[in-house]
Amino acid sequence: MTAAALPHDSAPAHEEHHSSLPVNNRKLAIWTFIGSECMFFASLITTFVIYRDSHATGPGPKDVLGVPLVTSGTAVLLFSSFFVVMALNGAQQGNRKKLLTWLSLTVLCGIFFAGMQVYEFTHFVRDGMGYTTNLFASSFFTLTGFHGTHVAIGTLWLGTLLKDAYKGKIPPEKALNLEIAALYWHFVDVVWIIIFPVVYLMSLGHA
Amino acid sequence: MSDTVAVVHDSHDIPHATGSKYVQIACILFVLTALEVLLYEVCFGHLSGGGFSSALAPHFVSVLLVLSAMKFWFVAMFYMHLKFDIKILSWLFGFSLMIASVVILALFVLFTYNRTLWWWTGAWH
Repeated sequence: MTAAALPHDSAPAHEEHHSSLPVNNRKLAIWTFIGSECMFFASLITTFVIYRDSHATGPGPKDVLGVPLVTSGTAVLLFSSFFVVMALNGAQQGNRKKLLTWLSLTVLCGIFFAGMQVYEFTHFVRDGMGYTTNLFASSFFTLTGFHGTHVAIGTLWLGTLLKDAYKGKIPPEKALNLEIAALYWHFVDVVWIIIFPVVYLMSLGHA
Repeated sequence: MSDTVAVVHDSHDIPHATGSKYVQIACILFVLTALEVLLYEVCFGHLSGGGFSSALAPHFVSVLLVLSAMKFWFVAMFYMHLKFDIKILSWLFGFSLMIASVVILALFVLFTYNRTLWWWTGAWH
């Protein structure tokens, strides 16, 4: 082993974040993950649009989907994106009170949205639309279910960061931890920005 | 360079939007969502029925897609900081969206082609 190689080999494991790109590896990783998620949701949304009219048995979009509840969920998710950037702003400024307030509101929004989806799904099943009732139902539950799962994971992730923030473990130099979670959360919001008009508004207008 | 220094570099050297800018974007997103719902209500909901509704209804899908694209752009550029971050992230996201568009197009072509083919042969139900 050469002398030049020694400092590198003896460096702690957490210093393996260097790359030839002028961006942190973790940030690049979350953007790559978001890129793969784009393709995943693109295929799910397209599948829904293709099977939207396949409801020879059981209820169709116009029989079960409603606008008011989902509009409130959409507004809450949009506001949560605003809340999380304000929380990140607070973390970068070292303003703990601002961080805790906005991050708490974001987590509450996530819980509200997930709860809204559970309530909606329960109503659909009571109205006779199960997962295997028809192709419309299957594609609808798969798409919105996967999105809901993403919301639940994001809420848990932000919840752990809220716990860290409460303990004072997110100083300005660790704000990247929150920035990465916020990027994921914004992506979940962006997907809903597409799902809301395509799945709800267009299906009701189309049916 | 330690990890801590790298984190500080990534979090602070790149100028992000200010709090007031974030509020402006939130207002724009809220207004665009309200417009989407209003469009639905005018075309097919409680406010439908007049001459304006029937004139607007054929453009419902295209207007809705434009409004959604605008919301998508605002969130990606300002909340996800693509406008302020290094360009490679924008290219990475843009490339992913391009592949996603190809996936959408391929699925539509595949299903439309098969439906047309099966309809001709009488096998489509």
